[in-house]
Amino acid sequence: MSGLPPYASAGQRTWYYGFRILCALIFFFLIFPIMVIIPLSFNAQDFFTFTREMLAFEPAGYSLKHYEDFFTNPDWQQALTNSFLIAPVATLLATGIGTLAAIGLSQSHVPFRPAIMAILISPMIVPLIISAAGMYFFYSRIGLQGTYWGVVLAHAALGTPFVIITVTATLVGFDRSLVRAAASMGADPVKTFFRVQMPLIIPGVVSGALFAFITSFDEVVVVLFLGSASQKTLPWQMFTGLREQISPTILAVASVMVALSIALLTTLEMLRRRSERLRGLSPA
Amino acid sequence: MDDQDSIVSFREVQKSYDGVSLVVKNLNLDIKRGEFLTMLGPSGSGKTTCLMMLAGFEAATHGEIFLNGKPINNVPPHKRGIGMVFQNYALFPHMTVAENLAFPLQVRKIGRAEQEAKVKRALEMVELAGFGARRPAQLSGGQQQRVAVARALVFEPDLVLMDEPLGALDKQLREQMQYEIKHIHESLGVSVVYVTHDQSEALTMSDRIAVFNDGVIQQLSGPDDLYENPQNSFVAQFIGENNKLTGTVKELNGATCQVALADGTELRAEKVNVDGVGKGTTLSLRPERVELEPNGGMDNKVTGRIEELIYLGDHIRIRMSVAGNNDFIVKVRNRGERRRLAEGQDIEIGWAAADCKALDLVQ
Repeated sequence: MSGLPPYASAGQRTWYYGFRILCALIFFFLIFPIMVIIPLSFNAQDFFTFTREMLAFEPAGYSLKHYEDFFTNPDWQQALTNSFLIAPVATLLATGIGTLAAIGLSQSHVPFRPAIMAILISPMIVPLIISAAGMYFFYSRIGLQGTYWGVVLAHAALGTPFVIITVTATLVGFDRSLVRAAASMGADPVKTFFRVQMPLIIPGVVSGALFAFITSFDEVVVVLFLGSASQKTLPWQMFTGLREQISPTILAVASVMVALSIALLTTLEMLRRRSERLRGLSPA
Repeated sequence: MDDQDSIVSFREVQKSYDGVSLVVKNLNLDIKRGEFLTMLGPSGSGKTTCLMMLAGFEAATHGEIFLNGKPINNVPPHKRGIGMVFQNYALFPHMTVAENLAFPLQVRKIGRAEQEAKVKRALEMVELAGFGARRPAQLSGGQQQRVAVARALVFEPDLVLMDEPLGALDKQLREQMQYEIKHIHESLGVSVVYVTHDQSEALTMSDRIAVFNDGVIQQLSGPDDLYENPQNSFVAQFIGENNKLTGTVKELNGATCQVALADGTELRAEKVNVDGVGKGTTLSLRPERVELEPNGGMDNKVTGRIEELIYLGDHIRIRMSVAGNNDFIVKVRNRGERRRLAEGQDIEIGWAAADCKALDLVQ
């Protein structure tokens, strides 16, 4: 079953196996800190460590009490509600703005494209703390600091670059003659956009939207600067929880968020496969 | 418009992309209703730009284009009602074949029952009945091509533009599609403007051919006229095979002229595009019009040396040195008689003055 050709030299053999070990180490490094959280979140004790019962796989060592706390404690519930009030709206804004910007920037007649692109992408590149501080001073002046819309707008600005990048990448493969074909058949630009362009770039739009959603859902720095107590989001609550009341409920919340991320990424992959099938890149 | 029969008129149309050089220079062209007109030319000759201006995807820098007698410079592409077949077919990959065909009908808000009937008829026309539920990616190149043609015709436009639609097909399929498109054109009576760089495609399909070069129509005429009576050296060279001989006009006598070649040979040629006595000219002569060992009253007779013989089955191709041109091609039909031709042999050849056109001088 070895993928090595019979003529491989000793060096090639070493590299062949060494490469696999290296990959395994990288995966371990990336995933282990996340994986360790999940069993810990089922801890029956209020500790952040594996108890003796847990290591012996005794049922008594495990419980759902931290999950129960998460789903019943009004602090956590308020934070969860806030997150779900902010993230979808920020996602919607980011997706709309980002998609339109990507389409606009893909037209060759638009002047200063690289400069505009750089400005729109900058929230992703500038250190978050700097964006947050800047937004704090700016939003204070115009009365948005400490408001729901302030947090939503800030998160939309952070999510937009992801949408621009994913939609731009999809547009590279988009055949412009389809737009001309639609026009030659009598479709006006709006109809062409919704019937022809949008269905074909939707995978890029959706993956951009997912990134925007995750950005808002995971974001703690900006919301600490811009939010008031009534915009306390899940990451903010986790941050406070870590500092003030070290409770394994945080681990339960983290596990829930990991599960949510996996669900979103699975959706993404399924959409990507569907789009490939539509474009005839792989058999139906 | 002056001419009621014209479906399209270009009037002094110019196009420049950079504001400096003109891609299309002062184009005047009337396309007749029901006509199959081909714009033929090498790449960069301005033919595709003309098509794009007609479709509305490029704006004319100067001049006016009329469709059915109305100026259309300010009409956006989607309101022109012109069908178009694209080089890469431009089928919508996310729609089935039937949905692709129904698209122009839906846009026009045609009832569902009528849509279905029209889609069905269009698919039958291109012999793809039963393929409606497939996606474009599941079709072969030739089938996609047919869908593209059907889609451009399904909403019954007066005019269909085709931009090198057969370029991506293999030779055999291309020839078959040429006939099919020609038959569809004849049975529907639709006007077609076809762009290609393939001269045999143009000769096969067209009622008239506009030969483009350097942003100018070099000649506009029927396929036979284009081949038999080229108006200038570019057309003679571009359409079919051509022998070039360069010389100086000695004498004009009515429809013919006497031309002296560099080596002193004097030939009689039909006067088509010469400036006058003493001026340079390029003689154009088709390889199949040359006779080997001609009898008596031939207008021109010269002796040449056979350099190369190529046996091609139905004809024999002879490369000769004639009057200093060592790339002089003669095509002889294979009549079965075993000619005693050998490379290196000197032989007398001849041709009629009417088959030898005196055209503008090219170096």
